[in-house]
Amino acid sequence: MANEHKLIGKDFTVPDIEAKVTGRAKYSEDFRADNMVFCKTLTSPIPHAKIRSIDTSAALKMPGVVGILTADDVPQFPPPAQGIFAKDETFYVGEPILAVAAESEEAAVDAIEAIKIDFQELPHVVDPLESLFPGGPNARSGGNVAAGQIKLQTVKWDGADFAAAGDTKMPLGRPAEEWEYGSIDDGFKKAKVIIEENFVSGTMSHNCMEPRSAFAYWQGGKCFLHGSNQSHTAAIANIARYIGIKPDQLVFIAEYCGGGFGSKIPGYPNMAIAALMSKKINRPVMHRISRYEEYGIGSARPGFQGYIKMGFAPNGKMTAADLYIVQESGPMPTAGDFRAAAGAMSLLYQPQAMRFRTVPVLTNTIPVGAQRGPGENQLVNMIEPMMDKAARQLNIDRFEIRIINAPDSNAKFGKDQGPVTSAFIKDALVKLRTFSNWEERKKRSGQKNGTKLTGIGIGQGYHSAGSNGFDGLLRITADGKLHVHTGVGNLGTHSWASTARVAPDLLNVSWDNVVIERGDTRRGLPFNSPQAGSLTASTQSRTMYAAAMDMKAKLTDIAAQMLGGKADDYELADEKVVHKGGGKSITYQQAAQKAIALGGKYSGKEVPDELNPITKSSVAMIAGTGLIAAAKDMLPRVGTTPGLTCNVAEVEIDTETGVVEIKECMSVVDVGTVLFPLGLGHQIAGGQILGIGLAHLERHLYDPKLGIPAAVGFHQGKVPTYLDVPPSIAWQAVEKADPQHPLGIKGVGEPSLGSGSSCIVSAIADALGGHLFNRTPVTADMILNHLSGRPPAHKPLQVNTV
Amino acid sequence: MSDADKSGSEQGRLRATRRSVIKGVIASGVAVSAVGYVVYDRTARRPAAGSVERLITLNVNGRDRRVDVAPHETLAHTIRYKLGLTGTKLSCDRAECGACTVMLDGVTTYSCSTLTQAARGRKITTIEGIAGPDGGLHKVQKAMIAELGPQCGFCTSGQVVAAVALLNNNPHPTIDEARRGMSGNLCKCGAYDHYLKAVMRASREA
Repeated sequence: MANEHKLIGKDFTVPDIEAKVTGRAKYSEDFRADNMVFCKTLTSPIPHAKIRSIDTSAALKMPGVVGILTADDVPQFPPPAQGIFAKDETFYVGEPILAVAAESEEAAVDAIEAIKIDFQELPHVVDPLESLFPGGPNARSGGNVAAGQIKLQTVKWDGADFAAAGDTKMPLGRPAEEWEYGSIDDGFKKAKVIIEENFVSGTMSHNCMEPRSAFAYWQGGKCFLHGSNQSHTAAIANIARYIGIKPDQLVFIAEYCGGGFGSKIPGYPNMAIAALMSKKINRPVMHRISRYEEYGIGSARPGFQGYIKMGFAPNGKMTAADLYIVQESGPMPTAGDFRAAAGAMSLLYQPQAMRFRTVPVLTNTIPVGAQRGPGENQLVNMIEPMMDKAARQLNIDRFEIRIINAPDSNAKFGKDQGPVTSAFIKDALVKLRTFSNWEERKKRSGQKNGTKLTGIGIGQGYHSAGSNGFDGLLRITADGKLHVHTGVGNLGTHSWASTARVAPDLLNVSWDNVVIERGDTRRGLPFNSPQAGSLTASTQSRTMYAAAMDMKAKLTDIAAQMLGGKADDYELADEKVVHKGGGKSITYQQAAQKAIALGGKYSGKEVPDELNPITKSSVAMIAGTGLIAAAKDMLPRVGTTPGLTCNVAEVEIDTETGVVEIKECMSVVDVGTVLFPLGLGHQIAGGQILGIGLAHLERHLYDPKLGIPAAVGFHQGKVPTYLDVPPSIAWQAVEKADPQHPLGIKGVGEPSLGSGSSCIVSAIADALGGHLFNRTPVTADMILNHLSGRPPAHKPLQVNTV
Repeated sequence: MSDADKSGSEQGRLRATRRSVIKGVIASGVAVSAVGYVVYDRTARRPAAGSVERLITLNVNGRDRRVDVAPHETLAHTIRYKLGLTGTKLSCDRAECGACTVMLDGVTTYSCSTLTQAARGRKITTIEGIAGPDGGLHKVQKAMIAELGPQCGFCTSGQVVAAVALLNNNPHPTIDEARRGMSGNLCKCGAYDHYLKAVMRASREA
């Protein structure tokens, strides 16, 4: 199949890359307007307090001050939803309370210093277990537990739950949600080996390089907003909701996004501040976000405190799994990682029976949210090293125990045990065993060379990686150019470009004759997939397929009208519609000119009913300017589409310093058909590198007594540098097509981080003779304390520690 | 809050917070205010009265530019907001990440943490000055394109400037020298191996 394609599966120069290497790429803080003012926010210095009064009178009189925007000026969202400003109660240090606009940023800051706020301190909590303790503090006046589909409530466990657990074990009190498939009791009875562990997965910031600055102004009743967002048209309705306008009143310009990692999917409340301030003072507003402010509003991966019990049959098959997750949720119900973790457990290891129990607990830490593999990647960091422990106890190979438990295309997923569209991770594991030279490499496991201990680890990653139901929009203009209209956003994965190549590939159009319309809603952008959830490559390519099929039907239809015969008598070849009998043909240019004359469905004057309203208004903008294909992807897809990856890492631990050096990493991926090899390699390597951060470097740090964050910047948060990662990362792909995708494509972004992280955690355990820390990040001091026989610096289930 | 804490500076913000909050806890109802820092005012105090902008000359990308500059203004701010050169990015704003990297007389510096006044009389090279006067791309830029160096691109300007400075000083680095030379520039997308491949490719070009 690969050989039939001229563009799909081939490397190419991504169209925006020159703008990036020359500095011409414009991000939201790079725009200016005459009469522009700056705005700054006043943020909470207290982790939990009532706001009794705000006095802005002195600030308003200060030189240069243009206006103040408070919670009373902005749309309200019922608690516990995340709002734009804290209104009556503030929930974390760094929460925006109001904004000041002034002629200069300095004037805005001076004015903020003149604002008086009367806070009444309330009890705060940064550790979920402390909040669940009888009489423990609640992060909100209204309760301490909330999540999607779990309403705000107060949950306190019994003292007996804590007493039974003692100081070292996870207390297992009443869950807020639970499910079970099969019988875990029966499963554990069948087991030869039982692994039972408690674990802590640390919280860490998204730390996007581009802080979420926004720039806004109003013209002709419309709001023009330059924002940093990983999705484009999928975010419009939500951003408009934050501003309090209709989606068609928003002109959203977002050609580039300086990193999102899940924190900029559907827009975010902070984006509305510039827009609402601009409306109030009637001037363009630049709202620059500093790194410290970004820490407060830039999201984080939620932490877990958990318990797992797994049973294994003599051949290594997992007979039962019992998983309990307490999630550190921040103060608002903004993350569903706990559920995703349970899904990953069920999919990656296919336990014959499984129970899941969970309590998502609100804390006075910054709001958390999806971060590249939300839930799945915390889970594999805990489970993968435990799989090695089980393999050791059963005396079977570490690859073997993964292969016997790995999903295939008949696998079942999650609580409802639903189907998957395809799973070839067994093939990937077999390939990785050879690719990593496993039999030779594993001989180095635990070897000591001077002060260095070698560890070899395997890791796996999973995330659903494909969706459907979005609208494709293509246009051939009177000059014969194919315009690909794409609304997927530009996160930096290059998938907006690789998926745009699907339509010219299927329509036999030269890449040089393609114009990509993106980045600005005025260009007529259809409703497309969020650029998130490893979705774009798979979802947008099938969307493009649907639009290309519509375009093909219209081209052959027009040819039949112009040259006689039926549409079926014609086929596409090199930007021409050719009669299958030979001879007669029209060019795409002629077809486009004819479409303009025909009008109706051919030129976008009529569109199918099933299109999203955003697509319909976009088609209306370009109607009459060419031959237009606008089609919703209604191709069937039943089940979860899993992206699956596995990695091997070799590390060296310095026994004198506890420092882990990553020597080598390699990966094999099951992502279906490869759409863009260079881009895929980038996602695998990037996932590996971020995985290194998640495994042993990056974390939050909170003062538990004062609720004050201490890892508010890159250095304190320990983002990986060039020196923390191996100089190159090798990879291969299984290249088996997903049968429920017209081109066989699945995504990769999130699984690559999970396998990249868990292989490091496993390798560290391996170097230490199988010692499990059951905690990420595995820091140097944890290793050093272990090697020297000292107790760890933290309590067993303590969170937000060094 | 004490006067010292009212500066609005990062220093006042971060170091004084514990004390401020303790006061907030003890004296519930006390007035407390807080603010993030500003990019071009990182001093612990407001500029003294009379501390005004002065017209100075800066040599930027081979051209003399006349610009009004305050004593406490950072080079990143001058470049981005007064000279219109927005290729230089601000990310950490505290000399940790390298997104704002420029060259002063050929030596890389974090422009977020360099006072503009300190750049007087020196040759300032920003990302906009890396390509040739005819717009022809530098070999580092060509290699970054060939190896698909960037992901999101926000750190790329700084990475390119750092790579050019590295190769100017050491035209044929080993890969270990290259990663050390580039290690002052963070990339949260994890594009390090692609950037390194680009540096090594550029080092092989004439």
